[in-house]
Amino acid sequence: MSAISGPHKRGVTGVVSGCARLVTATLLGVVLAIQSASAAGQPKPIKIGALFSVTGPASFLGAPEAKTARLLIDKLNASGGVGGRKFELVLKDTGGSPEKAVSFARQLIEEDKVLAIIGPSTSGETMQIKSLCEENKMILISCAAAEVIVNPVAKYVFKVPQNDGQAVTWIYRTMKEKGIRKIAVLSSNDGYGAAGRKQLQELSKAEGIEIVADEVYDRQATDLSDILTKVKSKSGLQAVVNWSIVPAQSIVPKNMRQMGLDVPLFQSLGFANRKYIEQAGVAAEGILFPAGRLLIAEDLPEDHPQKKVLVTYKHDYEAAYHEEVSTFGGHVYDALMIVVEGLKEAGGPDREKVRDAIEHLKGFVGTDGIFNYSAADHTGLDMNAFEMLTVKGGKFTTYKK
Amino acid sequence: MKSRGGNPKSEIRNPKEEGGGSGGNQGLRAIGAGAFPFALFALTAIGAEVGMRATGTEYCLTQLTMALYYALVTLGLCLVMGYAGQVSLGHGAFFALGGYTSAVLTTHDVSWLQGGTLAPWLKSARLLVARQDSYGSSLLTVSPWAAFLAAMVLVTAVACLIGYPALRLRGHYLAMATLAFGVIVNKMLLASSLAGAADGINGVPEWHLAGGLTVSGKGLARAQNYYLACAMVLLTVLVLRNLVHSRVGRALQAIHDGETYAAAMGIDTARYKLKVFVLSALLAAMAGVFFTHYTGGISPSEAGAFKSVRYVALATAGGMGNLWGVAVMSTALNYCSLRGWFGSYDNAVFGALLILLVSLAPEGPLKPLGTWLRGLAGKRWVPRPAAGERRAASETTASRAAEGRAGRGAA
Amino acid sequence: MTGENLALQYLLSGITKGSVYAAVAVGFNLIYSATGVLNLAQGEFVMLGGMVAVTLAQYVALPVAVSGAVVIVALTGCLLEILFFRKLDRHSVLHLIIITIGLSIVLQEAALHIWDEKVRSLPYFTGNEVSSVHFLGATISPQVLWVLGTVGVTVLALQGFLHYTLQGRAMRACSSNPEAAMLAGINLRTMRTLAFGLSAGLGALAGCVISPITMTQYEMGTPLAIKGFAGAILGGLGNPMAGVLGGLLVGVLEAASVSRLPAAYNDVAAFAVLLLVLFVRPRGLFGAGNAGSVREG
Repeated sequence: MSAISGPHKRGVTGVVSGCARLVTATLLGVVLAIQSASAAGQPKPIKIGALFSVTGPASFLGAPEAKTARLLIDKLNASGGVGGRKFELVLKDTGGSPEKAVSFARQLIEEDKVLAIIGPSTSGETMQIKSLCEENKMILISCAAAEVIVNPVAKYVFKVPQNDGQAVTWIYRTMKEKGIRKIAVLSSNDGYGAAGRKQLQELSKAEGIEIVADEVYDRQATDLSDILTKVKSKSGLQAVVNWSIVPAQSIVPKNMRQMGLDVPLFQSLGFANRKYIEQAGVAAEGILFPAGRLLIAEDLPEDHPQKKVLVTYKHDYEAAYHEEVSTFGGHVYDALMIVVEGLKEAGGPDREKVRDAIEHLKGFVGTDGIFNYSAADHTGLDMNAFEMLTVKGGKFTTYKK
Repeated sequence: MKSRGGNPKSEIRNPKEEGGGSGGNQGLRAIGAGAFPFALFALTAIGAEVGMRATGTEYCLTQLTMALYYALVTLGLCLVMGYAGQVSLGHGAFFALGGYTSAVLTTHDVSWLQGGTLAPWLKSARLLVARQDSYGSSLLTVSPWAAFLAAMVLVTAVACLIGYPALRLRGHYLAMATLAFGVIVNKMLLASSLAGAADGINGVPEWHLAGGLTVSGKGLARAQNYYLACAMVLLTVLVLRNLVHSRVGRALQAIHDGETYAAAMGIDTARYKLKVFVLSALLAAMAGVFFTHYTGGISPSEAGAFKSVRYVALATAGGMGNLWGVAVMSTALNYCSLRGWFGSYDNAVFGALLILLVSLAPEGPLKPLGTWLRGLAGKRWVPRPAAGERRAASETTASRAAEGRAGRGAA
Repeated sequence: MTGENLALQYLLSGITKGSVYAAVAVGFNLIYSATGVLNLAQGEFVMLGGMVAVTLAQYVALPVAVSGAVVIVALTGCLLEILFFRKLDRHSVLHLIIITIGLSIVLQEAALHIWDEKVRSLPYFTGNEVSSVHFLGATISPQVLWVLGTVGVTVLALQGFLHYTLQGRAMRACSSNPEAAMLAGINLRTMRTLAFGLSAGLGALAGCVISPITMTQYEMGTPLAIKGFAGAILGGLGNPMAGVLGGLLVGVLEAASVSRLPAAYNDVAAFAVLLLVLFVRPRGLFGAGNAGSVREG
């Protein structure tokens, strides 16, 4: 590649490299036009939008969510849809990145004009799009658990997971029954851990629990024995609460037991998957955590109102994907079926009517619990949505006092 | 026949720069040729917006605007990497610092100042502003303009602090230093409850710039914001181009070709490198501030290693020294990513891009395209040495380049 | 716990983490010494080693699975070198760094799609999740001893290879004076491929032995690479033993930071120290003078 010489050089070079840019610009323009053109146009099926973190740091949450969404939409369409109309799932992978969540949310609202958006998987992403959805009157049913999603209440924004605060209250009450007063709180530095930590701090005084150590660690930490050393050095320590997702929730019990820190360990509902018992191995024995009943579905009495829904979902998911069912996938089941229920009540995909129908939903049986929404309560679940579970003999069972 | 095997990097030097301009005719042509890409860019930008309005697809402007703001960061990086030859794996941190400063200052309630003596003075100086948040409660926060200025000052300070020692390092060590800096900023943001920890900050208000111009995510202001972003990119390219064609630019070119030799010729390499680094940091921070007000929020992932690496990928994709190439490619690729075209393979695309482009087309894919088009135009533009000055100039370039390469080989 | 016990326990925790970083740093150093390339994709070799071993371990015994993983990843490393780094001569440091970063991203995404996002791990080599070795009132997991042992043996073997075998000496010749090496009839290209393959294999071995401690996941490579890189630079590039000590030091610094500051800042502390060392003594704490010109000169 050598420079061009000659008196015409400058002008010609300008024109020629301008040509190169022209070609690129034209290509860009053509691509934009094609893409915009194909974005316009309205097909018949009812469109449901979904934003999940299928890849990236929150893939633990998003991957089962996406799988459940596809499974369910296929199932609904196989049985003819609702009101004679089938569904079309518009699923976007945010990769856990909030600016993508914002960008895709706008697309779902303005371009795909979906009936409702299910997701996102994390509280951080949900909060970034909460006001966007509210302003645009788009129904958002979030699969993230932070209380701040529904408090203050936004008309169009709902969530399906149990409140972190309710989970924490369960933990604290169980602790009080066991006579535990002094605890250590460990949490990961992502949105999931931060939300749990906030609730643990806020509710501790009211429940009479004293937090003697409060440490946040990197969610990708490979070993936590230094933090546990610090925790172990606190005198009078009676229990440890860990709020994180994998891999830390397997690393903490291993490190604890290996160091001889034998106090009870409480975890969050993120622990609810048999794989995590396997990974923590022997150290998993006796871990306590509040969760929905999905994991112990088979052990429920036959007349339990949730049993049928739970068992059906579990079988369907495991048959389709050959992997353990997860409570995060369960959130999507609930969210979708709530939309379907709202659709049935409203008699058609009118967003206002569907929203109203959802807000008036009572006694809806989902995997997370039995939902009762109202104008002031867009979570819909109460304390009964939880069971305190524990690990015995390498299996999940209900914790009995 | 003089062997011209020059260092490919000397190609970065814009051929328009050579020669002092022998006559008004060439000068005019130069201006014409130089202004051509600007005009082209502006036309394409306007064309895109008009086209979208015609087809009813204005929502695409959102992703374009976001991509344009990201392009500002890449342009700054282009300067650092392409012209000064320094690698920076931490530029996302500057974007984040700018965005976060603005976000924190404009969302944090300082109502406790109300009763004091400072408040009325600050309010009348437009530094503080009373407003309502989206839920109706009243807040007293710093005004967006003041926050912007604060962000610029902070980032200048940080860039100087980090840049001064770091830029004395080379190659892998500089890469590690900038990477470490990025990690530190990322982790500190994650650890800070003031910065919203992992969830970041949302609810960042609009920014009234001047007259009716507002940086905001509202649908009505969409076209306005798009043109604003386009204008900023145009302005940035103009400024950087002038910088590159000035003495500073030539000094940078010399540094890129061979630092030791540039120093031997009396160029204060440290000062130039630092200036360029700080300028690029300011660009990134500015992009961060505008971006944050546009999307209404920011999260710690903006400071993460992944983002910083992406900027490097985009600068590479445009051809590291090619300002227009970087602007176009960066916007195009970010647009595609934000539209979700790469789906779950988003990261893989950027990774593959890095590998392919650097292995196959180190000067960026647009240059081979340009060369090919030139070749198409026929034999008239086969290179031949001209008389006098030009030969001398090319000899110096070639010899300096050869020395530079040998110098680097020995290092 | 008493004061000394506590300090010792922190130290052992630091060594636990540090052993992981040291294991990664060994591979970095080898490639750097032999080719001058700092392979930022080294973390992905570690991850791949663990992933492949876990998959193999479903079918064969653990030692066979580990060996198989090392061989497969080593061959992958050779392949990658042939594909991407053969044109080494034309590229500047900047370009090389960018290629390795791109490689790291692509390998990570490939792992995500070949396996999935789930976490997996090898079983503990001896004992289980809760076994511990008691040492003057503090405890450490036996797997950490395995990691340290593996790292130690690897470094010794490397030193032996590089100094006492023909191939090894040829490799060292290539890095210190490529032209002379070529004149002596050493095939530079083969040496480079060998170095890459060896480094990848070492990375895979590290990945297997740390898997019970850290768990193996598709995105574990990048943070490990960053820490391993930090350890290698802290110790001093070009010297494998220094890299190991550097890695251990990073771990101990993190543990020390945890003992005084909130744990959220432990990475910040480690990297701040790294920055300080880079600014003040870039060749590293134990660095050999032949790390190449490091500063603006």
